[in-house]
Formats: sequence, structure tokens, C-alpha cells
Amino acid sequence: MINAYRAVLTLRFREVLQYRAAAWAGVFTQVVFGFIILMALKAFYGSSEAAPPLGVTQLIAYIWLGQAMFSLMPWNVDRDVQAMIRTGAVAYELARPIDTYSLWFCRTMGWRLAAVSLRALPLLVLVGLVFPWVGMSAWALPGPASWASLLAFVAAIVVAVLLAVTITMLMHVVMLWTLDAEGITRVAPAIVMLGAGMIIPLPLFPDAVQPLLAALPFRGLLDVPVRLYSGHIPVAEAAGHLALGLAWVVALVVLGRWMMARGLRQVVVQGG
Amino acid sequence: MSGMQLYLRLLGASIRSQLQYRASFLLAAGGQFFVTAVEFLGIWALFARFGQLQGWTLAEVALFYGTLSVALALGDALGTGFDRMPAMVRGGDFDRVLTRPRAAFIQILGSELALRRVGRLAQGLVVLIGAIAILDIDWSGAHFALLLLTILGGTCMFLALFVIQGTLSFWTIESLETVNAFSYGGMTAGQYPITIYADWFRRFFTFIVPLACVIYFPLTLVLGREDVLGVPAPLRAAAPLAGVAFLFIAMMLWQLGVRHYKSTGS
Repeated sequence: MINAYRAVLTLRFREVLQYRAAAWAGVFTQVVFGFIILMALKAFYGSSEAAPPLGVTQLIAYIWLGQAMFSLMPWNVDRDVQAMIRTGAVAYELARPIDTYSLWFCRTMGWRLAAVSLRALPLLVLVGLVFPWVGMSAWALPGPASWASLLAFVAAIVVAVLLAVTITMLMHVVMLWTLDAEGITRVAPAIVMLGAGMIIPLPLFPDAVQPLLAALPFRGLLDVPVRLYSGHIPVAEAAGHLALGLAWVVALVVLGRWMMARGLRQVVVQGG
Repeated sequence: MSGMQLYLRLLGASIRSQLQYRASFLLAAGGQFFVTAVEFLGIWALFARFGQLQGWTLAEVALFYGTLSVALALGDALGTGFDRMPAMVRGGDFDRVLTRPRAAFIQILGSELALRRVGRLAQGLVVLIGAIAILDIDWSGAHFALLLLTILGGTCMFLALFVIQGTLSFWTIESLETVNAFSYGGMTAGQYPITIYADWFRRFFTFIVPLACVIYFPLTLVLGREDVLGVPAPLRAAAPLAGVAFLFIAMMLWQLGVRHYKSTGS
């Protein structure tokens, strides 16, 4: 049974891995955006006497790791799943002798993992190794705060992947009701990107909104891992953040399964 | 029928067809309003934290942002047809365009005007009007005319970038995303005064992609600020015309692309 899920995951992973040239274009775009955001934020840093809540080195790590993880963010739906629901091919999925939620979960994970590794690896090599080598050390990705920080970062990335997949799954499940993904796919990106820290680093938001940002599940997607990497969150606090992230994963899986069961009870298969 | 008449008729058809799906249109436009509002929330948060940006206030940056956002919405809406070029080239549909006795440029330009961009347009206008209300600017004829010229120049620059993106699809369909670095990247960069960036970056976005010409130079005049780069006032007032010139260059590249086009034969 596990083999079936693994096969689904690796199949989707390999499919997405075919689009390499497009990924290079994506890396270029991501690097340009990283530069723009970094230059603008550095200008803000230079305009204020008060010490910012995130050091410059930590800021650089935040921006580059954020750009690297861009494709992991659950801001869009898998076009294949959308097409399946619209054309009625979803009926075949239901006929398979395995659990539909788990099946889609694995497909989604393969898709997200392939998309993010295609872009993240070249980007990290560029900003982490090539930049210092060509004399752009001031812009390069700094190393992790310590070995323990790096370890905590890796663990937090695993939680981030699970969170990204469960949130994407919620969007897939909502499509069972509406067919038209227009509504979710247009509003979800704004909330996810803001809450994850992709628009500006979360510590830079006014102190008054920090409790709200901490209460949402989105910070586990980016903010928690990158701040663990740079040591902005001490390793000692890592366990608490990871546990909270995992609790969100469990809650979102339960919600997603419940919604899917309700959605499938009234799903109408289109066409023949 | 002249080219302009044809263009207007094509646009009319596109708008009517989109209005058939009213709920879908409202959802898309409302969604875009929301997304761009969140984008501005990021700028607001930075000013709440740091107070000012190298002597520039939130209201001044809002004037930059609103003006550029309106220009992007207009350029993006007008250039929607060029977004479809990869599919048209791959599927061989571009052949049909070439068989008609009209310029391919006008046919593609008229093929679609994305109404959903009114979401960004409305948000840009709200920010722009808010900035105008807060800033103490003498809105005599000259300043207002310059603001309109700035929007025109910006619209032309963004449209040019989408034309170039469409033109690239005659050669490649996989690397088109690179143009986003200049269109949407230009939007992100141009919402702040260009002087905050590194020299190489500023030169690129002045002389290659004329972003600074269609936002920073004219708006420093409107705001009654000295330009620290020392560009004389008459030149700053005329700078948005660089956006129009950029569009002409993009159209020449398009002609080159059309001549290079070889059908996929399917």
C-alpha cells in the first residue's frame, strides 16, 4: 500500500522535473526580486536610528531563503487536479482502491517538492557559493548560525513542506464544491504570502500585529525555518515552534479529510 | 476600416464576451483588488516600523506606488493578447493571424483586454487619490498634466515589456518568465525612489528599461523636490516620453519576430 503512494509521489516529482529551462528563467526572476527587496530594505535600515528587530545578516538570509522557497508556498492549485475535477476524470480517482485524500496528498507533495528543488538548488548555489566567489560577499547568503541551527532549520523545512501540502490540499478540496478555482486561487496567494513572510519579513511588522501573525499557521511555511537558520529564533525554542507547526498540520489534515468526505457525498461528475 | 476602428471593434467584442461571465469577472477583479491591497500593506508596515525612507514619507511613496500601479494595470490589460502568444505559436494558431489582411500587431493587441485588471486599477487609484489628498501639492494645470503624462509613459513602458515577452515566444517558450523580472520587478522597484538603489541597478532601470523616466524623474517635479541626481527640470518633465519611445522599439522587435516566425505546421 505504501508502495502505491510512493509511486504516485515519485511519478509526479519526475513529471515536474522535466521543466528545467523554465526553472532557470524562474531562478533569474527570483534573484532579481531578491535584489530589489534587499536593496529597498537596506535603505529602510539606513533611515532609522532605532535598531531593527532583525539584523542585516539575518535579513539577507531571510530574503534569499525566502526566494529559494518561493515555489513551495501553497499559493496555487495543481492544474492537473483542477482539470480532473472539471472534466469528471475525478470519478476514476474515486474508483481506485486507495484513499483519495492520501492519493492527492502524495501527488501534491511530489509536485511541490519537484517545483521547489528545481529552483531552490540552483538559486542557493548562486547566492551561497558564486556570490562570495565573484566578490559580492555583502549580498551573499550567510551560513547558518550554528550546526544546531542548521539541524533545526532542516527539521522546520520538513514541517514547512507538510504545511504547504495540507494547505494546498484544502484548496483542492474546496474545488470539489465550486468547480471554479478562480475565487480561491486569487485570494489565497495574498494571505499565504503575507502570513509566511514572503512580502516583508514578519519581525518587521508593527509589534501590535505580531500576536495575530503568530496565531496563523502560515509562519511555519517560511518565517520559522529561516529564523531558525539565522539564529533569530534560538535553537532552544525550536521544539515549541516545530510542535505548533505539526499541530497545525494535523488540524488541517482533519479539516481537509472532513471537507473532502462532505464534498464527495454531493459531487456531480461532469460529462461522460 | 482603419486600424484604429478595427482595434476598437475588437476590444468591444472582448469586453462584451467577458461581461457574459459576470460572477467570474467580479470575483477576479475583487481578488486582484485584495491582493494588491496586501502588497501595499507591506509598504505601510515598513513605514510604521522605520518612520521614513531616506527622507521620503509614506505619502510620497504612495504617490509613486499609486501612479505606477495604475500604469501597470493599464499596460497589463492592453497587453493581455501578447500573454497568449506562446500557446498561439505552439499550436500554429498564429498562422491564421498572418493570413488576414491586417497588421498582426493590431490583431493581437485587440484579441483581449483583460477586464479583471480593474482590480489593480481601482486599488492604484485609491492609493493615488489618498496620496494626493494628504500631500500638499499645487495641482495647477502643469502638475496635473505631468501626472497624466507620467501615467501614459508608464503604461507604454509596461505594454512594451509585455510585447517583448510575446515577441520572445517566436524563439523560445520556456524562458518567458524572465521578462517578469522587469515588468512586475519594475513595479516593485519603482514604488520607491530610484535613488535608494545601487548605481548599476539604477542605470539599468533608466537607460535599458526606462523605469526611472516614467516614475521617479517626473514625480520629483510634481512633488517639488530637488533631484539628487542633478537632472535638469525640463528633461525630467519630458522623461515619460522615453516610455513611448520604448514602446516603439518593442514594436520594431515584434516586426523582426513576425518576419522570423516559422509555423509549427500543426
